[in-house]
Amino acid sequence: MSVDTETVLRIASLARIAMSEEEAERLKPDLNDILGFVEQLGEVDTSGVEPLSVVIENHTRMREDVVTDGDKRDDILANAPVAEHGFFGVPKVIE
Amino acid sequence: MADIIDLGVAEIRDGFRGGQFSAREVADAFNDAVAGAEALNCFIVTTPEKAIKAAEEADRALAAGDVAALSGVPLGIKDLFCTKGVQSTAASHILEGFVPPYESTVSGKLLAAGAGMLGKLNMDQFAMGSSNETSYFGNVISPWKRNDGGNAPLSPGGSSGGTSAAIAAHIVPAATGTDTGGSIRQPAAFTGIVGVKPTYGRCSRFGIVAFASSLDQAGPMARSVKDCAILLEAMAGYDLHDATSLDEPVPNWEAGLSSDLKGKKIGIPKEYRVDDMPEEIDALWKQGEEWLRDAGAEIVEVSLPHTKYALPAYYIIAPAEASANLARYDGVRYGQRELPEGANLQEMYAATRAAGFGDEVKRRIMIGTYVLSAGFYDAYYTQAAKVRTLIVRDFDAAWESCDYLLTPTAPSAAFGLGDLSDDPIAMYLNDVFTVPSSLAGLPAIAVPGGLNGQGLPLGLQVIGKALDEQGVMNAGLALEERAGFTHRAEKWW
Repeated sequence: MSVDTETVLRIASLARIAMSEEEAERLKPDLNDILGFVEQLGEVDTSGVEPLSVVIENHTRMREDVVTDGDKRDDILANAPVAEHGFFGVPKVIE
Repeated sequence: MADIIDLGVAEIRDGFRGGQFSAREVADAFNDAVAGAEALNCFIVTTPEKAIKAAEEADRALAAGDVAALSGVPLGIKDLFCTKGVQSTAASHILEGFVPPYESTVSGKLLAAGAGMLGKLNMDQFAMGSSNETSYFGNVISPWKRNDGGNAPLSPGGSSGGTSAAIAAHIVPAATGTDTGGSIRQPAAFTGIVGVKPTYGRCSRFGIVAFASSLDQAGPMARSVKDCAILLEAMAGYDLHDATSLDEPVPNWEAGLSSDLKGKKIGIPKEYRVDDMPEEIDALWKQGEEWLRDAGAEIVEVSLPHTKYALPAYYIIAPAEASANLARYDGVRYGQRELPEGANLQEMYAATRAAGFGDEVKRRIMIGTYVLSAGFYDAYYTQAAKVRTLIVRDFDAAWESCDYLLTPTAPSAAFGLGDLSDDPIAMYLNDVFTVPSSLAGLPAIAVPGGLNGQGLPLGLQVIGKALDEQGVMNAGLALEERAGFTHRAEKWW
């Protein structure tokens, strides 16, 4: 299956990456090459095979239900492009 | 005495403890070497003051009689590791200026063991690449040159290309790498050094910028197997902050090193004989069999029938996980923000990500988004996850008849910068021998074996059973002792 420019733009929108039609045109052959390459997996008979979810057996661990972190507001905001009044700042979302 | 910068981790540790030189002398020597190697572009940020501070502490500790495992040893840290108070970018623009308020578990363990930090090493952006050409901060140049008199700049491999180049150039004795599909092993092979990818879960991923979380593993890179064993001991261990880290005791790998392979069986996977592989690599592979036989091992042929599907499965699974992991870069909480005049929140996200990610990162996010999108998920992602199960089963079956697998590390020697950058698939094929063991979470080592006709290093890989880092490093040691690889790049920088 190959993707057209419109599909590339739709994926870009889903991925929240701003993209012009020219950029989508430029990216399209690369994406189609990669999709063509991975599509050979269709040859493999996987009937009755479970998809892998855990690569190395591990067990789920319990811990005491106590607060082990927190009270770091200023640390967390220190890297924000915009922080105001102890919050992350973003463009207005409510009119 | 040899120049300090020619010493490895064990030699520095022991020489420092024996009073042959002070930790401060070591730090000064490497700081100078780093400062003199800007042409290689190995570092994104250098931290000479941190190396000096750790050295002074080491010197005081020695005087007080309480040295730690890595006291006196300066290291490089790949820029994928968050380092408290020091910019950590994953070689991306979107994280430019990000100064973590916390330390990754692995780098924190190394520093707590007394190591100093020389700086943050350049890499492929978000660890996506096999040539170190996707860094926002420019290509790393390999210290190696072809012996044909040409001056073509070569790739140090990737994604841990700053790490590999810095170690090969003797501007750091050792450094951290990370490996998702080969990012420790392929650059180690390209630059004639040793790299270990441990079992998935051996090292905590906490504080390592996430690429593909079911595959990412930290590991050591150095100029000897022993140095890797020393570092891995300090890096590994269970971490409350990473639910996938393994609650297993950390063996004393250095003390357990032995190149006696009597009674061990080495599998040669027949599917790794790929078309178009240079004859020199095939010859080195055969030589590797001889070396391991000489160490007492028996060689057997094994089959890993799904090998050819590992790379396509990887290029669904890794981008799928990446598209989810990289969703966090939205210009709100950290890193760069792009806010066009009058843009709303959604437009800000999209503009930030368009400006902040490089082409290869965008390609992988796009592929990942596509294969996870409604209507395509089962055909791509679920099928890839099923193929991954079959790849794991292949290895399980191979372990019925052997203890380790011997393969080449990469299908070619280092290529020139720019040679493959227009062809993503050709670039992806670099990891054809390293990706299957990544998908299965298995430990593996890359060891230099010799030089090709152009004077460039070629590597051998040993893959082992889950948690058998000791066996993998022992087989690596047997190869190292017999290969006697002492070549180094002639200094031109």
